[in-house]
Amino acid sequence: MKIALDLKSWNTRGLIFVGVVMLALLFAGPEVFDLFVLLKVILFVSTAMLALSMGFIWGFGGILCFGQSAFFGIGGYAYAIGVINMGESTVPILLSVLVPAAFAMLLGYFMFYGRLSDIYLAVVTLAVTLIFYAFIRSTSGEEYVIGNARLMGFNGISSIPVFNWPGFPNSPLWPDDIFYVATTLLILVYFGLRILLRSHFGRVVVAIKENETRAEYLGYDVRFYKMIAFSIGAGIAGLAGCLFVSFNNFINPDVFALGLAAQIIMWVLIGGVGTLVGPMLGSLALQMLYNWLGTQTFASFLNTYLVFGAIILIFVLAVPQGLQPTARLLALRFLPFTRPPEEKARGGGDD
Amino acid sequence: MTDARPILETKGLTMRFGGVVAVDNVDFSLAEGELRCLIGPNGAGKTTFFRCLTHQYKPTSGKVIYRGDEITGSHTHQIARRGIGIKTQVPSVFDGLDVRENIWLSARRNHKDREANRVVDEILERIGLTHLAHQLVGQLAHGERQGVELGIVLTGDPELILLDEPTAGMTHEEVHRTTEMIREINRTASLIVVEHDMQFIKAIANKVTVFNQGAILVEDTMENVLKNQQVRDVYLGKREVA
Repeated sequence: MKIALDLKSWNTRGLIFVGVVMLALLFAGPEVFDLFVLLKVILFVSTAMLALSMGFIWGFGGILCFGQSAFFGIGGYAYAIGVINMGESTVPILLSVLVPAAFAMLLGYFMFYGRLSDIYLAVVTLAVTLIFYAFIRSTSGEEYVIGNARLMGFNGISSIPVFNWPGFPNSPLWPDDIFYVATTLLILVYFGLRILLRSHFGRVVVAIKENETRAEYLGYDVRFYKMIAFSIGAGIAGLAGCLFVSFNNFINPDVFALGLAAQIIMWVLIGGVGTLVGPMLGSLALQMLYNWLGTQTFASFLNTYLVFGAIILIFVLAVPQGLQPTARLLALRFLPFTRPPEEKARGGGDD
Repeated sequence: MTDARPILETKGLTMRFGGVVAVDNVDFSLAEGELRCLIGPNGAGKTTFFRCLTHQYKPTSGKVIYRGDEITGSHTHQIARRGIGIKTQVPSVFDGLDVRENIWLSARRNHKDREANRVVDEILERIGLTHLAHQLVGQLAHGERQGVELGIVLTGDPELILLDEPTAGMTHEEVHRTTEMIREINRTASLIVVEHDMQFIKAIANKVTVFNQGAILVEDTMENVLKNQQVRDVYLGKREVA
């Protein structure tokens, strides 16, 4: 409806709170964290952006894409191939957004204009990422080369150059700088999505999730809106892939594997479907949990994945709404100052 | 304000689901400005006929013609953009959004932002839901949800409105208000109304089309339809003489 900020609105106050937390992370990060932690945070920022892309298309667009990892991987490979060939990172960063977005638009065209039902859409997107996984794994031969970049099959591409200052290929960014770039991009993507969701386009996307038939009765071409939303989500996932590759200096076909595809769903599920902050928190919480489990001796006789899966199962059963909506409900109950004057009993849609 | 020129016609419209013929070779014509009621027992094919008109179902054969143009193959959103408003049997609204946003989504389709907001205020006033503007639609009573859906339809400023049981679940007072509103709407738009409430039909309709087993049984004034023996047989059953 109106994009203008109303400071009396509780939604706007929530946005300001999220913005302050993100800016605090941005400015205080390199001062507070040592290099090892800073590198971990860059990784978390890239996965938070991937979770954000899924949170947008699933939570607000109603599109359950089981293969969001495909766009993450395409973005990563697009950056790797681009930067190896160009020797400069600015255009490859753009490619890491545009290539997956264009691919998603093509795939989305067939899925949405072909009127695939939700379950088939989930299966098709999963199949797409697994096809990429199988294909990239089979590109070990010398014939699989794009310009100067060999794909290297399951070994992956290594020694991928990190970001450089735009126009200065010989001035690579230090970890502090990469942290600033990654966090700034995450903040821009988050607030970009919030603005998008308040725009006419965003309201229609949410309306389509609410009631596709009614949106059609109003004259909105739901196929087009879904295709564009899907493509925007893929572009964001691609950017996350680019950050991931720049942080690791390495990419291999595992980015297309079933493991990551399933994890993305879990991040959003645990963080809260229908929110944007939730999926970011979900990705952070699950990765920290996974890392922590890996360092615990009590789990040495158990498979870490088994413990991890059991914790997730218990969490989903105990807190079905997810982290962010539950935190919001608890705050409303126990912290009176968080209660808006006329609270609307809305789901978890507002961050 | 009826005009002899048809705004909507169907020719040989047929919809089959496997061996079941839900709509059977229906030739139907609605004049510009006319208000027509469709009645018939449950399973007579009224709602399926509605859905064929709006391409929710792709007819097995036959044509749907709107203002002289065939719209049989058009998508639902294209049909809506031509100026056909649809109100469904079970209120089809955006439950997770508030009343104002529901109406705004319809207004914003045809108007710029500022104008859309003005239209929303006007429609909320017209349907009597201004006091519920910021209430989530999913939390409203059934009759209020019906009102929201009607508001959504009216906001699109349609030339033809298809109303499927607009008074279902409404209180006596809400039915009275809806009757007045439909009369008012009919000053500027043609309407097809599917209804079971005979008092309501008597109050609004001049001409009535009776459906039975997917086909048109009778088309006449309400007064004549009520006297028609075939219609009575369809509704009340026919006494078999041994």
